Amino acid sequence: MTWAQQSAPLVDWDWVARNWGQIVDRTWEHLTLTAVSVGLGLVISLALSILALRWRWAYGPITWVTGLMYTIPSLALFAVLVPIVGLNATNAVIALTSYTLLIIIRNLVAGIDGVSESVLEAADGMGYTRRARFWRMEVPLALPVIIAGLRIATVTTVGLVTVTAVLGLGGYGYFILRGLNTFFWTQILVGVVLSVVLATLFDIGFVWLQRFLSPWARRAR
Amino acid sequence: MPSESMIRLADVSKSFPGSVRPAVTNLSLEVGRGEFVTLVGPSGCGKTTTLKMINRIIEPTSGQILIDGQDALATPAHELRRSIGYVIQQIGLFPHRTIAQNIATVPMLLGWEQARIDERVEELVEIVGLEREMLTRYPAALSGGQQQRVGVARALAADPPVLLMDEPFGAVDPIVRKRLQHEFHDLQERLGKTVVFVTHDVDEAIFLGNRMAILNVGGILEQYDTPTTILANPANDFVESFLGGERGLKRLGLLPVSGAELSWGPFVDVSSSPDEGRRVMEEHGVEWLGLLDGERLLGWVDGGALGTSGLEVLEPRPFLVTLSSDSSLRAALDAVVTGHARVAVVVDDGIYRGMLDLEAISEEITE
Repeated sequence: MTWAQQSAPLVDWDWVARNWGQIVDRTWEHLTLTAVSVGLGLVISLALSILALRWRWAYGPITWVTGLMYTIPSLALFAVLVPIVGLNATNAVIALTSYTLLIIIRNLVAGIDGVSESVLEAADGMGYTRRARFWRMEVPLALPVIIAGLRIATVTTVGLVTVTAVLGLGGYGYFILRGLNTFFWTQILVGVVLSVVLATLFDIGFVWLQRFLSPWARRAR
Repeated sequence: MPSESMIRLADVSKSFPGSVRPAVTNLSLEVGRGEFVTLVGPSGCGKTTTLKMINRIIEPTSGQILIDGQDALATPAHELRRSIGYVIQQIGLFPHRTIAQNIATVPMLLGWEQARIDERVEELVEIVGLEREMLTRYPAALSGGQQQRVGVARALAADPPVLLMDEPFGAVDPIVRKRLQHEFHDLQERLGKTVVFVTHDVDEAIFLGNRMAILNVGGILEQYDTPTTILANPANDFVESFLGGERGLKRLGLLPVSGAELSWGPFVDVSSSPDEGRRVMEEHGVEWLGLLDGERLLGWVDGGALGTSGLEVLEPRPFLVTLSSDSSLRAALDAVVTGHARVAVVVDDGIYRGMLDLEAISEEITE
Protein backbone atom coordinates (compact mmCIF):
# COMPACT_ATOMS: atom_id res chain seq x y z
CA MET A 1 0.00 0.00 0.00
CA THR A 2 1.45 3.36 -0.97
CA TRP A 3 0.11 6.88 -0.75
CA ALA A 4 0.11 7.04 -4.50
CA GLN A 5 -2.47 4.25 -4.68
CA GLN A 6 -4.59 5.77 -1.93
CA SER A 7 -4.74 9.18 -3.52
CA ALA A 8 -5.69 7.72 -6.90
CA PRO A 9 -9.19 8.65 -8.15
CA LEU A 10 -11.99 6.92 -6.23
CA VAL A 11 -13.17 5.02 -9.27
CA ASP A 12 -10.68 3.69 -11.72
CA TRP A 13 -12.86 3.62 -14.84
CA ASP A 14 -10.05 1.95 -16.73
CA TRP A 15 -10.33 -1.03 -14.37
CA VAL A 16 -14.07 -1.13 -14.91
CA ALA A 17 -13.59 -1.23 -18.67
CA ARG A 18 -10.90 -3.92 -18.51
CA ASN A 19 -12.97 -6.12 -16.20
CA TRP A 20 -16.33 -5.59 -17.93
CA GLY A 21 -16.64 -9.26 -18.82
CA GLN A 22 -16.18 -10.28 -15.20
CA ILE A 23 -18.69 -7.68 -14.00
CA VAL A 24 -21.26 -9.19 -16.37
CA ASP A 25 -20.46 -12.70 -15.13
CA ARG A 26 -20.74 -11.68 -11.49
CA THR A 27 -24.00 -9.87 -12.22
CA TRP A 28 -25.37 -13.05 -13.71
CA GLU A 29 -24.14 -15.03 -10.70
CA HIS A 30 -25.72 -12.59 -8.25
CA LEU A 31 -28.97 -12.64 -10.18
CA THR A 32 -29.23 -16.42 -10.45
CA LEU A 33 -28.28 -17.04 -6.82
CA THR A 34 -30.97 -14.58 -5.75
CA ALA A 35 -33.62 -15.85 -8.15
CA VAL A 36 -33.00 -19.54 -7.47
CA SER A 37 -33.00 -19.04 -3.70
CA VAL A 38 -36.14 -16.90 -3.61
CA GLY A 39 -37.85 -19.12 -6.18
CA LEU A 40 -37.04 -22.23 -4.18
CA GLY A 41 -38.03 -20.40 -1.00
CA LEU A 42 -41.40 -19.54 -2.55
CA VAL A 43 -42.09 -23.14 -3.56
CA ILE A 44 -41.17 -24.52 -0.15
CA SER A 45 -43.05 -21.73 1.62
CA LEU A 46 -46.15 -22.37 -0.47
CA ALA A 47 -46.09 -26.04 0.48
CA LEU A 48 -45.51 -25.28 4.16
CA SER A 49 -48.18 -22.55 4.14
CA ILE A 50 -50.79 -24.84 2.63
CA LEU A 51 -49.87 -27.30 5.36
CA ALA A 52 -50.22 -24.59 8.01
CA LEU A 53 -53.52 -23.38 6.56
CA ARG A 54 -55.00 -26.85 6.50
CA TRP A 55 -53.70 -27.93 9.87
CA ARG A 56 -53.60 -24.86 12.03
CA TRP A 57 -51.57 -26.52 14.76
CA ALA A 58 -48.69 -26.86 12.28
CA TYR A 59 -48.30 -23.10 11.90
CA GLY A 60 -46.64 -22.69 15.30
CA PRO A 61 -43.91 -25.31 14.75
CA ILE A 62 -43.33 -24.14 11.16
CA THR A 63 -42.74 -20.52 12.16
CA TRP A 64 -40.67 -21.67 15.13
CA VAL A 65 -38.29 -23.74 12.97
CA THR A 66 -38.03 -21.18 10.14
CA GLY A 67 -37.64 -18.44 12.75
CA LEU A 68 -34.76 -20.37 14.28
CA MET A 69 -33.12 -20.71 10.86
CA TYR A 70 -33.56 -17.00 10.36
CA THR A 71 -31.56 -16.24 13.49
CA ILE A 72 -28.50 -18.28 12.48
CA PRO A 73 -25.77 -15.90 11.26
CA SER A 74 -25.22 -16.45 7.55
CA LEU A 75 -21.48 -17.00 7.81
CA ALA A 76 -22.05 -19.65 10.44
CA LEU A 77 -24.64 -21.42 8.33
CA PHE A 78 -22.33 -21.57 5.32
CA ALA A 79 -19.63 -23.04 7.54
CA VAL A 80 -21.97 -25.61 9.07
CA LEU A 81 -23.07 -26.73 5.59
CA VAL A 82 -19.52 -27.19 4.27
CA PRO A 83 -18.98 -30.70 5.70
CA ILE A 84 -22.41 -31.73 4.42
CA VAL A 85 -22.61 -30.34 0.88
CA GLY A 86 -19.19 -28.80 0.36
CA LEU A 87 -18.01 -25.37 -0.63
CA ASN A 88 -20.25 -24.70 -3.60
CA ALA A 89 -23.41 -23.14 -4.99
CA THR A 90 -25.61 -25.78 -3.37
CA ASN A 91 -24.33 -24.66 0.00
CA ALA A 92 -25.14 -21.04 -0.86
CA VAL A 93 -28.60 -21.81 -2.18
CA ILE A 94 -29.56 -23.92 0.84
CA ALA A 95 -28.53 -21.17 3.22
CA LEU A 96 -30.05 -18.34 1.21
CA THR A 97 -33.31 -20.23 0.73
CA SER A 98 -33.65 -20.96 4.42
CA TYR A 99 -33.52 -17.24 5.17
CA THR A 100 -36.44 -16.48 2.86
CA LEU A 101 -38.83 -19.03 4.40
CA LEU A 102 -39.92 -17.15 7.52
CA ILE A 103 -40.70 -13.95 5.63
CA ILE A 104 -42.55 -15.59 2.76
CA ILE A 105 -44.54 -18.02 4.92
CA ARG A 106 -45.64 -15.30 7.32
CA ASN A 107 -46.89 -13.13 4.48
CA LEU A 108 -48.54 -16.02 2.69
CA VAL A 109 -50.49 -17.08 5.75
CA ALA A 110 -51.29 -13.50 6.79
CA GLY A 111 -52.43 -12.72 3.25
CA ILE A 112 -54.72 -15.73 3.02
CA ASP A 113 -56.04 -15.12 6.55
CA GLY A 114 -56.75 -11.53 5.61
CA VAL A 115 -59.26 -12.45 2.92
CA SER A 116 -62.61 -11.29 4.25
CA GLU A 117 -65.06 -13.80 5.64
CA SER A 118 -67.89 -12.41 3.52
CA VAL A 119 -65.96 -13.00 0.30
CA LEU A 120 -65.37 -16.62 1.32
CA GLU A 121 -69.01 -17.12 2.25
CA ALA A 122 -70.14 -15.59 -1.05
CA ALA A 123 -67.71 -17.83 -2.95
CA ASP A 124 -69.05 -20.89 -1.13
CA GLY A 125 -72.60 -19.74 -1.77
CA MET A 126 -71.91 -19.35 -5.51
CA GLY A 127 -70.73 -22.94 -5.67
CA TYR A 128 -66.93 -22.81 -5.63
CA THR A 129 -65.27 -26.04 -4.56
CA ARG A 130 -62.80 -25.72 -1.71
CA ARG A 131 -59.82 -26.02 -4.07
CA ALA A 132 -61.17 -23.57 -6.67
CA ARG A 133 -61.93 -21.10 -3.91
CA PHE A 134 -58.34 -21.30 -2.69
CA TRP A 135 -56.69 -20.73 -6.07
CA ARG A 136 -59.19 -18.31 -7.60
CA MET A 137 -60.23 -16.29 -4.56
CA GLU A 138 -57.86 -16.64 -1.63
CA VAL A 139 -54.53 -16.61 -3.50
CA PRO A 140 -55.35 -13.70 -5.86
CA LEU A 141 -56.74 -11.67 -2.97
CA ALA A 142 -53.68 -12.40 -0.83
CA LEU A 143 -51.33 -11.52 -3.68
CA PRO A 144 -50.50 -7.95 -2.58
CA VAL A 145 -49.43 -9.24 0.84
CA ILE A 146 -47.61 -12.25 -0.66
CA ILE A 147 -45.71 -10.04 -3.09
CA ALA A 148 -44.84 -7.65 -0.26
CA GLY A 149 -43.22 -10.65 1.44
CA LEU A 150 -41.35 -11.61 -1.72
CA ARG A 151 -40.06 -8.06 -1.99
CA ILE A 152 -38.54 -8.11 1.47
CA ALA A 153 -37.19 -11.64 1.00
CA THR A 154 -35.58 -10.74 -2.34
CA VAL A 155 -33.97 -7.52 -1.18
CA THR A 156 -32.63 -9.34 1.88
CA THR A 157 -31.29 -12.13 -0.32
CA VAL A 158 -29.53 -9.70 -2.67
CA GLY A 159 -27.65 -8.47 0.38
CA LEU A 160 -26.90 -11.94 1.69
CA VAL A 161 -25.57 -13.17 -1.65
CA THR A 162 -22.56 -10.87 -1.20
CA VAL A 163 -21.64 -12.86 1.91
CA THR A 164 -21.36 -16.03 -0.18
CA ALA A 165 -18.13 -14.51 -1.47
CA VAL A 166 -16.47 -16.49 1.30
CA LEU A 167 -17.51 -19.61 -0.61
CA GLY A 168 -15.79 -18.29 -3.70
CA LEU A 169 -19.18 -17.21 -5.14
CA GLY A 170 -20.87 -14.06 -4.06
CA GLY A 171 -21.71 -12.20 -7.25
CA TYR A 172 -20.84 -8.63 -6.43
CA GLY A 173 -19.62 -9.78 -3.03
CA TYR A 174 -16.59 -11.17 -4.82
CA PHE A 175 -15.57 -7.62 -5.77
CA ILE A 176 -16.16 -6.31 -2.28
CA LEU A 177 -14.08 -9.08 -0.68
CA ARG A 178 -11.24 -8.70 -3.19
CA GLY A 179 -11.32 -4.93 -2.89
CA LEU A 180 -11.12 -5.14 0.90
CA ASN A 181 -8.14 -7.49 0.73
CA THR A 182 -6.23 -5.20 -1.60
CA PHE A 183 -7.61 -1.84 -0.42
CA PHE A 184 -8.75 -1.24 -3.97
CA TRP A 185 -11.64 1.21 -3.67
CA THR A 186 -12.87 0.86 -7.22
CA GLN A 187 -13.59 -2.82 -6.74
CA ILE A 188 -15.35 -2.26 -3.41
CA LEU A 189 -17.47 0.50 -4.85
CA VAL A 190 -18.43 -1.49 -7.94
CA GLY A 191 -19.55 -4.34 -5.67
CA VAL A 192 -21.48 -2.12 -3.26
CA VAL A 193 -23.14 0.15 -5.80
CA LEU A 194 -24.18 -2.66 -8.12
CA SER A 195 -25.65 -4.65 -5.19
CA VAL A 196 -27.72 -1.67 -4.18
CA VAL A 197 -28.79 -1.08 -7.78
CA LEU A 198 -29.76 -4.73 -8.17
CA ALA A 199 -31.77 -4.71 -4.92
CA THR A 200 -33.53 -1.54 -6.02
CA LEU A 201 -34.35 -2.96 -9.44
CA PHE A 202 -35.83 -6.09 -7.86
CA ASP A 203 -37.84 -3.91 -5.51
CA ILE A 204 -39.22 -1.77 -8.32
CA GLY A 205 -39.87 -4.91 -10.37
CA PHE A 206 -42.01 -6.37 -7.60
CA VAL A 207 -43.99 -3.16 -7.26
CA TRP A 208 -44.73 -3.30 -10.98
CA LEU A 209 -45.56 -6.99 -10.80
CA GLN A 210 -47.97 -6.35 -7.96
CA ARG A 211 -49.69 -3.53 -9.86
CA PHE A 212 -49.93 -5.71 -12.92
CA LEU A 213 -51.27 -8.76 -11.09
CA SER A 214 -53.60 -6.92 -8.72
CA PRO A 215 -54.85 -3.83 -10.54
CA TRP A 216 -57.85 -3.85 -8.21
CA ALA A 217 -55.68 -3.15 -5.18
CA ARG A 218 -54.08 -0.02 -6.59
CA ARG A 219 -56.39 2.13 -4.56
CA ALA A 220 -55.80 0.52 -1.23
CA ARG A 221 -58.82 0.53 1.02
CA MET B 1 -101.23 -20.27 -1.68
CA PRO B 2 -99.30 -22.22 -4.35
CA SER B 3 -99.97 -25.92 -4.03
CA GLU B 4 -96.62 -27.09 -5.34
CA SER B 5 -93.74 -26.71 -2.90
CA MET B 6 -90.32 -25.57 -4.10
CA ILE B 7 -88.52 -25.86 -0.78
CA ARG B 8 -89.54 -28.27 1.93
CA LEU B 9 -87.87 -28.53 5.31
CA ALA B 10 -89.03 -31.59 7.21
CA ASP B 11 -88.21 -31.90 10.89
CA VAL B 12 -84.91 -30.11 10.49
CA SER B 13 -82.72 -29.54 13.54
CA LYS B 14 -79.32 -28.00 14.02
CA SER B 15 -77.16 -28.18 17.09
CA PHE B 16 -73.81 -26.47 17.14
CA PRO B 17 -71.06 -28.27 19.05
CA GLY B 18 -70.51 -26.68 22.42
CA SER B 19 -73.91 -25.08 22.78
CA VAL B 20 -76.55 -26.58 25.02
CA ARG B 21 -79.65 -25.45 23.13
CA PRO B 22 -80.15 -26.38 19.52
CA ALA B 23 -80.17 -23.42 17.13
CA VAL B 24 -83.10 -24.91 15.22
CA THR B 25 -85.49 -27.44 16.66
CA ASN B 26 -87.60 -29.80 14.53
CA LEU B 27 -88.51 -27.14 12.00
CA SER B 28 -90.88 -27.99 9.18
CA LEU B 29 -91.52 -25.35 6.57
CA GLU B 30 -92.79 -25.35 3.02
CA VAL B 31 -92.19 -22.65 0.47
CA GLY B 32 -94.34 -22.69 -2.66
CA ARG B 33 -93.01 -22.20 -6.17
CA GLY B 34 -92.68 -18.49 -6.89
CA GLU B 35 -93.48 -17.60 -3.31
CA PHE B 36 -91.64 -14.92 -1.33
CA VAL B 37 -91.21 -16.06 2.25
CA THR B 38 -89.60 -13.93 4.93
CA LEU B 39 -88.00 -15.51 7.98
CA VAL B 40 -88.19 -13.11 10.87
CA GLY B 41 -87.55 -13.23 14.58
CA PRO B 42 -85.33 -11.96 17.38
CA SER B 43 -81.61 -12.69 17.40
CA GLY B 44 -80.91 -16.29 18.30
CA CYS B 45 -84.10 -17.48 16.65
CA GLY B 46 -82.14 -19.48 14.09
CA LYS B 47 -83.44 -17.66 11.03
CA THR B 48 -80.02 -17.29 9.43
CA THR B 49 -79.09 -20.84 10.38
CA THR B 50 -82.28 -22.05 8.74
CA LEU B 51 -81.51 -20.13 5.56
CA LYS B 52 -77.95 -21.40 5.41
CA MET B 53 -79.09 -24.98 5.81
CA ILE B 54 -81.03 -24.67 2.56
CA ASN B 55 -77.84 -24.19 0.53
CA ARG B 56 -75.80 -26.19 3.04
CA ILE B 57 -73.45 -23.44 4.10
CA ILE B 58 -74.51 -25.00 7.41
CA GLU B 59 -75.20 -28.74 7.42
CA PRO B 60 -78.30 -29.76 9.38
CA THR B 61 -77.86 -32.15 12.29
CA SER B 62 -81.01 -34.03 11.38
CA GLY B 63 -84.06 -33.79 9.17
CA GLN B 64 -84.70 -33.59 5.47
CA ILE B 65 -84.48 -30.73 2.97
CA LEU B 66 -86.10 -31.04 -0.45
CA ILE B 67 -85.56 -28.50 -3.21
CA ASP B 68 -87.86 -28.94 -6.16
CA GLY B 69 -88.46 -32.48 -4.97
CA GLN B 70 -84.73 -33.31 -4.89
CA ASP B 71 -82.95 -34.25 -1.68
CA ALA B 72 -80.61 -31.30 -1.10
CA LEU B 73 -78.39 -33.35 1.19
CA ALA B 74 -77.78 -35.94 -1.53
CA THR B 75 -76.45 -33.44 -4.08
CA PRO B 76 -72.80 -32.31 -3.89
CA ALA B 77 -72.92 -29.00 -2.05
CA HIS B 78 -71.14 -26.94 -4.72
CA GLU B 79 -73.49 -28.18 -7.45
CA LEU B 80 -76.54 -27.52 -5.31
CA ARG B 81 -75.35 -23.96 -4.63
CA ARG B 82 -74.90 -23.14 -8.31
CA SER B 83 -78.64 -23.59 -8.75
CA ILE B 84 -79.51 -21.35 -5.79
CA GLY B 85 -78.99 -17.59 -5.80
CA TYR B 86 -77.39 -16.30 -2.61
CA VAL B 87 -77.22 -12.75 -1.31
CA ILE B 88 -75.67 -11.87 2.05
CA GLN B 89 -75.72 -8.75 4.17
CA GLN B 90 -71.99 -8.08 3.83
CA ILE B 91 -72.54 -8.46 0.07
CA GLY B 92 -69.18 -10.21 -0.36
CA LEU B 93 -68.37 -9.01 -3.85
CA PHE B 94 -65.02 -10.30 -5.06
CA PRO B 95 -62.68 -7.28 -4.80
CA HIS B 96 -60.26 -8.56 -7.44
CA ARG B 97 -62.92 -8.97 -10.09
CA THR B 98 -64.69 -6.30 -12.10
CA ILE B 99 -68.42 -5.78 -11.70
CA ALA B 100 -69.01 -7.69 -14.95
CA GLN B 101 -66.88 -10.59 -13.73
CA ASN B 102 -68.61 -10.57 -10.36
CA ILE B 103 -72.01 -10.81 -12.00
CA ALA B 104 -70.74 -13.57 -14.30
CA THR B 105 -69.50 -15.73 -11.41
CA VAL B 106 -71.99 -18.59 -11.54
CA PRO B 107 -72.32 -18.69 -15.36
CA MET B 108 -68.52 -18.97 -15.46
CA LEU B 109 -68.58 -21.82 -12.97
CA LEU B 110 -71.25 -23.51 -15.07
CA GLY B 111 -69.04 -23.15 -18.14
CA TRP B 112 -71.29 -20.94 -20.27
CA GLU B 113 -69.86 -19.61 -23.52
CA GLN B 114 -68.43 -16.09 -23.26
CA ALA B 115 -70.96 -14.62 -25.71
CA ARG B 116 -73.85 -15.95 -23.67
CA ILE B 117 -72.28 -14.67 -20.45
CA ASP B 118 -71.81 -11.18 -21.92
CA GLU B 119 -75.40 -11.09 -23.10
CA ARG B 120 -76.67 -12.17 -19.70
CA VAL B 121 -74.55 -9.60 -17.85
CA GLU B 122 -75.96 -6.81 -20.05
CA GLU B 123 -79.45 -8.04 -19.35
CA LEU B 124 -78.88 -8.13 -15.57
CA VAL B 125 -77.46 -4.62 -15.51
CA GLU B 126 -80.82 -3.49 -16.90
CA ILE B 127 -82.82 -5.65 -14.52
CA VAL B 128 -81.21 -4.43 -11.30
CA GLY B 129 -80.82 -0.82 -12.44
CA LEU B 130 -77.06 -0.41 -12.68
CA GLU B 131 -75.17 1.78 -15.13
CA ARG B 132 -73.28 0.04 -17.90
CA GLU B 133 -70.12 2.08 -17.25
CA MET B 134 -69.80 0.33 -13.90
CA LEU B 135 -69.17 -3.03 -15.50
CA THR B 136 -65.45 -2.45 -15.95
CA ARG B 137 -64.92 -1.04 -12.46
CA TYR B 138 -63.88 -2.87 -9.33
CA PRO B 139 -66.28 -3.21 -6.38
CA ALA B 140 -64.31 -0.77 -4.22
CA ALA B 141 -65.36 2.05 -6.56
CA LEU B 142 -69.09 1.53 -5.89
CA SER B 143 -71.36 2.78 -3.09
CA GLY B 144 -73.00 0.34 -0.69
CA GLY B 145 -76.34 0.52 -2.47
CA GLN B 146 -74.75 -0.07 -5.87
CA GLN B 147 -72.73 -2.96 -4.48
CA GLN B 148 -75.86 -4.66 -3.20
CA ARG B 149 -77.49 -4.28 -6.63
CA VAL B 150 -74.45 -6.08 -8.03
CA GLY B 151 -74.90 -8.68 -5.30
CA VAL B 152 -78.48 -9.25 -6.42
CA ALA B 153 -77.45 -9.35 -10.11
CA ARG B 154 -74.76 -11.91 -9.29
CA ALA B 155 -77.30 -14.07 -7.46
CA LEU B 156 -79.70 -13.91 -10.41
CA ALA B 157 -77.04 -14.52 -13.07
CA ALA B 158 -77.67 -18.16 -13.89
CA ASP B 159 -81.43 -17.65 -13.53
CA PRO B 160 -81.77 -19.92 -10.47
CA PRO B 161 -85.32 -20.83 -9.48
CA VAL B 162 -84.52 -20.22 -5.82
CA LEU B 163 -83.05 -17.13 -4.18
CA LEU B 164 -81.77 -17.07 -0.61
CA MET B 165 -81.24 -13.66 0.95
CA ASP B 166 -79.69 -13.04 4.34
CA GLU B 167 -80.55 -9.51 5.51
CA PRO B 168 -79.46 -8.19 2.12
CA PHE B 169 -80.44 -4.60 2.78
CA GLY B 170 -79.27 -4.49 6.40
CA ALA B 171 -75.98 -2.73 5.76
CA VAL B 172 -77.20 0.18 3.64
CA ASP B 173 -78.60 3.44 5.00
CA PRO B 174 -82.37 3.64 5.64
CA ILE B 175 -83.22 5.72 2.56
CA VAL B 176 -81.34 3.46 0.16
CA ARG B 177 -82.77 0.45 1.99
CA LYS B 178 -86.32 1.63 1.40
CA ARG B 179 -85.60 2.14 -2.29
CA LEU B 180 -83.93 -1.24 -2.65
CA GLN B 181 -86.89 -2.88 -0.90
CA HIS B 182 -89.33 -1.33 -3.34
CA GLU B 183 -87.19 -2.14 -6.35
CA PHE B 184 -86.70 -5.69 -5.20
CA HIS B 185 -90.40 -6.07 -4.52
CA ASP B 186 -91.16 -5.05 -8.12
CA LEU B 187 -88.32 -7.19 -9.44
CA GLN B 188 -89.64 -10.25 -7.66
CA GLU B 189 -93.10 -9.71 -9.11
CA ARG B 190 -91.61 -9.67 -12.60
CA LEU B 191 -89.21 -12.59 -12.16
CA GLY B 192 -91.37 -14.88 -10.07
CA LYS B 193 -88.47 -16.48 -8.18
CA THR B 194 -88.95 -18.52 -5.07
CA VAL B 195 -87.36 -16.35 -2.40
CA VAL B 196 -86.45 -17.05 1.20
CA PHE B 197 -85.53 -13.79 2.87
CA VAL B 198 -84.12 -13.40 6.36
CA THR B 199 -84.57 -10.14 8.23
CA HIS B 200 -84.89 -8.91 11.79
CA ASP B 201 -86.94 -5.95 10.57
CA VAL B 202 -90.65 -6.74 10.98
CA ASP B 203 -91.73 -4.00 8.61
CA GLU B 204 -89.41 -5.28 5.90
CA ALA B 205 -90.78 -8.80 6.41
CA ILE B 206 -94.35 -7.52 6.22
CA PHE B 207 -93.70 -5.44 3.14
CA LEU B 208 -91.82 -8.03 1.11
CA GLY B 209 -93.25 -11.40 2.08
CA ASN B 210 -96.15 -13.27 0.52
CA ARG B 211 -95.93 -15.21 3.71
CA MET B 212 -93.86 -14.64 6.81
CA ALA B 213 -92.46 -17.22 9.17
CA ILE B 214 -92.05 -15.88 12.67
CA LEU B 215 -89.40 -17.79 14.59
CA ASN B 216 -88.69 -17.82 18.30
CA VAL B 217 -85.39 -18.49 20.05
CA GLY B 218 -84.21 -22.03 19.28
CA GLY B 219 -85.73 -22.05 15.81
CA ILE B 220 -89.28 -22.64 16.93
CA LEU B 221 -91.89 -21.68 14.35
CA GLU B 222 -94.53 -19.55 16.10
CA GLN B 223 -96.64 -18.57 13.10
CA TYR B 224 -96.43 -19.00 9.35
CA ASP B 225 -98.99 -17.15 7.26
CA THR B 226 -99.61 -14.12 5.08
CA PRO B 227 -98.69 -10.81 6.67
CA THR B 228 -102.29 -9.57 6.54
CA THR B 229 -103.54 -12.66 8.36
CA ILE B 230 -100.78 -12.55 10.96
CA LEU B 231 -101.37 -8.85 11.59
CA ALA B 232 -105.09 -9.43 11.97
CA ASN B 233 -104.78 -12.62 14.05
CA PRO B 234 -101.44 -13.07 15.82
CA ALA B 235 -101.20 -16.68 16.98
CA ASN B 236 -99.93 -15.86 20.45
CA ASP B 237 -98.46 -13.22 22.74
CA PHE B 238 -94.97 -13.70 21.35
CA VAL B 239 -96.10 -12.96 17.81
CA GLU B 240 -98.21 -10.05 18.96
CA SER B 241 -95.39 -8.41 20.87
CA PHE B 242 -92.93 -9.14 18.09
CA LEU B 243 -95.16 -7.40 15.56
CA GLY B 244 -95.08 -4.31 17.73
CA GLY B 245 -97.57 -1.47 17.85
CA GLU B 246 -99.76 -0.08 15.07
CA ARG B 247 -100.75 -3.50 13.78
CA GLY B 248 -103.87 -2.01 12.21
CA LEU B 249 -101.85 0.60 10.39
CA LYS B 250 -99.27 -1.93 9.25
CA ARG B 251 -102.06 -4.05 7.89
CA LEU B 252 -103.53 -1.09 6.03
CA GLY B 253 -100.11 -0.63 4.48
CA LEU B 254 -100.57 -3.99 2.75
CA LEU B 255 -104.12 -3.54 1.48
CA PRO B 256 -104.62 -1.75 -1.84
CA VAL B 257 -107.12 1.02 -2.38
CA SER B 258 -108.72 -1.07 -5.12
CA GLY B 259 -109.99 -3.50 -2.47
CA ALA B 260 -111.94 -0.87 -0.56
CA GLU B 261 -115.36 0.44 -1.41
CA LEU B 262 -115.19 3.71 -3.33
CA SER B 263 -117.96 6.26 -3.48
CA TRP B 264 -118.65 8.46 -6.47
CA GLY B 265 -118.72 11.81 -4.67
CA PRO B 266 -119.97 15.22 -5.90
CA PHE B 267 -118.69 14.79 -9.43
CA VAL B 268 -120.48 15.78 -12.62
CA ASP B 269 -119.59 15.87 -16.28
CA VAL B 270 -118.39 19.22 -17.49
CA SER B 271 -121.26 19.27 -19.98
CA SER B 272 -123.84 19.31 -17.14
CA SER B 273 -125.86 22.40 -16.36
CA PRO B 274 -124.99 24.64 -13.36
CA ASP B 275 -128.31 23.67 -11.78
CA GLU B 276 -127.39 20.02 -12.00
CA GLY B 277 -124.09 20.90 -10.31
CA ARG B 278 -125.83 22.70 -7.47
CA ARG B 279 -128.20 19.75 -7.01
CA VAL B 280 -125.27 17.31 -6.70
CA MET B 281 -123.47 19.55 -4.19
CA GLU B 282 -126.60 19.79 -2.10
CA GLU B 283 -127.11 16.07 -2.27
CA HIS B 284 -123.59 15.52 -0.88
CA GLY B 285 -123.76 18.45 1.48
CA VAL B 286 -120.56 20.06 0.19
CA GLU B 287 -119.54 23.45 -1.20
CA TRP B 288 -117.38 22.21 -4.04
CA LEU B 289 -117.91 20.30 -7.23
CA GLY B 290 -115.67 17.82 -9.06
CA LEU B 291 -115.62 18.08 -12.83
CA LEU B 292 -115.12 15.25 -15.29
CA ASP B 293 -114.67 15.16 -19.03
CA GLY B 294 -116.12 11.76 -19.79
CA GLU B 295 -113.98 9.55 -17.52
CA ARG B 296 -111.15 12.03 -17.24
CA LEU B 297 -110.71 14.07 -14.08
CA LEU B 298 -110.53 17.82 -14.72
CA GLY B 299 -110.39 19.11 -11.14
CA TRP B 300 -112.70 20.87 -8.75
CA VAL B 301 -114.42 24.23 -8.55
CA ASP B 302 -115.75 26.23 -5.61
CA GLY B 303 -119.53 26.07 -5.23
CA GLY B 304 -119.79 29.87 -5.19
CA ALA B 305 -118.21 30.09 -8.63
CA LEU B 306 -121.17 28.41 -10.30
CA GLY B 307 -123.16 31.00 -12.22
CA THR B 308 -125.79 30.61 -14.89
CA SER B 309 -123.51 29.88 -17.82
CA GLY B 310 -122.15 26.38 -18.57
CA LEU B 311 -119.54 24.63 -16.41
CA GLU B 312 -117.06 24.71 -19.33
CA VAL B 313 -116.25 28.37 -18.64
CA LEU B 314 -114.97 27.60 -15.12
CA GLU B 315 -111.31 26.90 -14.52
CA PRO B 316 -111.10 23.76 -12.38
CA ARG B 317 -108.29 23.53 -9.81
CA PRO B 318 -106.33 20.33 -9.45
CA PHE B 319 -106.75 18.08 -6.39
CA LEU B 320 -103.63 18.39 -4.27
CA VAL B 321 -103.64 14.78 -3.13
CA THR B 322 -104.65 11.97 -5.42
CA LEU B 323 -104.11 8.22 -5.08
CA SER B 324 -103.99 5.40 -7.58
CA SER B 325 -105.86 2.11 -7.20
CA ASP B 326 -102.68 0.29 -6.22
CA SER B 327 -101.79 2.74 -3.45
CA SER B 328 -102.05 1.30 0.03
CA LEU B 329 -104.96 2.08 2.31
CA ARG B 330 -102.40 3.44 4.72
CA ALA B 331 -101.41 6.06 2.16
CA ALA B 332 -105.12 6.72 1.59
CA LEU B 333 -105.69 7.19 5.31
CA ASP B 334 -102.84 9.67 5.41
CA ALA B 335 -104.33 11.57 2.48
CA VAL B 336 -107.76 11.68 4.07
CA VAL B 337 -106.46 12.80 7.46
CA THR B 338 -104.24 15.53 6.06
CA GLY B 339 -106.51 16.67 3.21
CA HIS B 340 -109.18 19.35 3.53
CA ALA B 341 -111.93 17.36 1.92
CA ARG B 342 -111.85 14.45 4.40
CA VAL B 343 -111.80 12.20 1.37
CA ALA B 344 -109.13 10.97 -1.02
CA VAL B 345 -109.52 11.12 -4.77
CA VAL B 346 -108.56 7.98 -6.67
CA VAL B 347 -107.18 8.49 -10.16
CA ASP B 348 -105.43 6.06 -12.48
CA ASP B 349 -103.58 7.79 -15.32
CA GLY B 350 -106.06 10.67 -15.36
CA ILE B 351 -109.13 8.42 -15.23
CA TYR B 352 -111.37 9.14 -12.24
CA ARG B 353 -112.15 6.05 -10.16
CA GLY B 354 -113.99 7.44 -7.17
CA MET B 355 -113.48 8.72 -3.64
CA LEU B 356 -112.41 7.05 -0.47
CA ASP B 357 -113.58 8.30 2.90
CA LEU B 358 -112.60 7.50 6.47
CA GLU B 359 -115.56 5.18 6.96
CA ALA B 360 -114.61 2.96 4.06
CA ILE B 361 -111.05 2.73 5.39
CA SER B 362 -112.07 1.89 8.95
CA GLU B 363 -114.32 -0.82 7.59
CA GLU B 364 -111.22 -2.45 6.11
CA ILE B 365 -109.43 -2.31 9.45
CA THR B 366 -112.14 -4.14 11.30
CA GLU B 367 -112.63 -6.76 8.62
